[in-house]
Amino acid sequence: MSKSLFQKVWDAHTVRTLANGQTQLLIGTHLIHEVTSPQAFGMLRDLGLKVLMPHRTFATVDHIVPTDQFAEPYRDPLAQAMMDDLRRNCAAHGITFFDRASGRQGIVHIVGPEQGITQPGTTIACGDSHTSTHGAFGAIAFGIGTTQIRDVLATQTMALGRLKVRRINVTGRLRPGVYAKDVILHIIRTLGVNGGTGFAYEYGGEVFDRMTMEERMTVCNMSIEGGARAGYVNPDETTFAYLKGRPYSPKGAAWDAAVAGWRATASDPGCAYDDVVNLAAADIAPTVTWGINPGQGVAINECIPDPAKATAVDEKSSIEEALAYMKLTPGAAIQGTRIDVAFLGSCTNGRLSDFQEVAKYLPGRHVAPGVKAIAVPGSQIVALQCQQLGLDKIFRAAGFEWREAGCSMCLAMNPDKLIGDQLCASSSNRNFKGRQGSPTGRTLLMSPLMVAAAAVTGAVADAREVFSVSSAS
Amino acid sequence: MSLAKITSLAGRAVCVPGNDIDTDRIIPARFMKCVTFDGLGEFLFYDVRKNADGTDKPHPLNDPRFKGATVLLSGANFGCGSSREHAPQAIQKHGIRAVVAEGFAEIFFGNCTTLGIPCATASREDIAKIAAAVEADPRTEVVIDVANQEIRFAGQTVPAAFRETARDALVNGRWDPIGELLDGLPSVKATATKLPYLAA
Ligand code: SF4
Repeated sequence: MSKSLFQKVWDAHTVRTLANGQTQLLIGTHLIHEVTSPQAFGMLRDLGLKVLMPHRTFATVDHIVPTDQFAEPYRDPLAQAMMDDLRRNCAAHGITFFDRASGRQGIVHIVGPEQGITQPGTTIACGDSHTSTHGAFGAIAFGIGTTQIRDVLATQTMALGRLKVRRINVTGRLRPGVYAKDVILHIIRTLGVNGGTGFAYEYGGEVFDRMTMEERMTVCNMSIEGGARAGYVNPDETTFAYLKGRPYSPKGAAWDAAVAGWRATASDPGCAYDDVVNLAAADIAPTVTWGINPGQGVAINECIPDPAKATAVDEKSSIEEALAYMKLTPGAAIQGTRIDVAFLGSCTNGRLSDFQEVAKYLPGRHVAPGVKAIAVPGSQIVALQCQQLGLDKIFRAAGFEWREAGCSMCLAMNPDKLIGDQLCASSSNRNFKGRQGSPTGRTLLMSPLMVAAAAVTGAVADAREVFSVSSAS
Repeated sequence: MSLAKITSLAGRAVCVPGNDIDTDRIIPARFMKCVTFDGLGEFLFYDVRKNADGTDKPHPLNDPRFKGATVLLSGANFGCGSSREHAPQAIQKHGIRAVVAEGFAEIFFGNCTTLGIPCATASREDIAKIAAAVEADPRTEVVIDVANQEIRFAGQTVPAAFRETARDALVNGRWDPIGELLDGLPSVKATATKLPYLAA
């Protein structure tokens, strides 16, 4: 019987079937952060329970850390209280905490892979919806709620119904200036923000075979924005090469055994899927969102939709609602939309290769007058690597503020926020109303290079033209 | 741990219309700077309910006619976005005991069920009928019958779907799975031993 990776991993981690038909699923790796875990530790205390596998639980701090202040106490006493609480809980339960002093702190979805904790064929849970990122390694990774964090802390398992699997093939080659971010924005635009309900997405095809691990992470990261509970890419040589030598990767003979095991977890050729979708790389252009959910996007050379031309009633009202909030003109070109802020970072696009790609094109350019541009490495290690390569200097010289690692302006839990109805070109993953900290703030999602193009021109622009991106790049 | 069997809930309803209402809207992130869930109820839908100076905007939840409603009606893909349990917690702490929508985002649905909040899926037409009855008379009692998978109001009955696993968990009083999960601990260890990365 040929099986998909999802089936193999699910079966290997099935403890038993619960009375209501759900599966008690073993979670091999539990990642926690400061926002969603404190209440779970509180529930454990109330029930008199212990953490079952502290050595399989790893913590870091990302959402609330100020990116312009390293020393504690933080100016925001609530942020400091959350920091203290996490530190206390980790110490009390013997959990490894990648605190800022460790030099290994960062956004949880960047830290796991970087440390080699994220491995193929494993199950991972974290109280954060973008846990799907870890699927890039061929892990089945779930974003969970706080009560489920309690369940995983206490039992290393959770109750879950089995998902269906949709294979998404992207064939051919991406055109120059088209990135992993565009691939996922295109997928979400095509299948819808709730198209993935009930599914895990398996991404494959030539485009994924050729992607680096960091690019695969960008795509898997946003699976949740397409409604899928999880997303993954089958592990291959690229995966193994990335993991080799990382702090938590197996070593010596254990490494060879692990690789053999990982290879065997990949989906068998010819296995059955519940659904298959085929997309062509040639159809994917640099993509920009214009609305208030990640599916409301257009190719850079397209126009903002006009509700008057919408065919379905639903579509009409959702376009109207989005455009009223975004204060954009129906039918106008998206290119040329003035921006106020440019944000480079987040668990979607805050890795070394994201900064490297932008830095290739920045020398000699400068952020446009009136635009605030910030570059925020996703982890302390990414920050260090960037410094070693001199990238921070390139960003600073171009007029970007270069910050400490954290979630920053991806969401409104730290000092980096939009003000009033500022419009932000952002490499993050969510453009919901108020997401970036101001109840009227506006977000346009795009790839890092498109953010840079908007930053230097002061308006949404085609990065391929702004930076003369040629097929050589 | 013995939990209430949630077979049926009755109460007045309030409709917050719209599709793709995300958890950032249900509870804006800045209110998540807390280490307990207490007090989240007052921040439910805060940015769409309140002006910058804290005064009320026109919003169904601010409408005195719907004060004390325990059933929330909405559109498609309710609860999408962030996995934050702060969203269902804010809903529950606000006094809402059941949500009726055209559809729910996966994680939100699971989080609600674990808190004993039934999420009923109904057709757009039927939700519109309930909303119309409630609009006509806000005192209308809406009965969410989980056991029989229907919603009754103003002399009418419409079908409601609950995912079978959720329906079973609610009506049999096992919506919080912790007891059952703890019972399985011996098998957890056995399963872990068979996996090289956990056995090591
Ligand atoms: S970067 Fe944004 S999406 Fe990612 S974990 Fe942080 S807040 Fe969540």
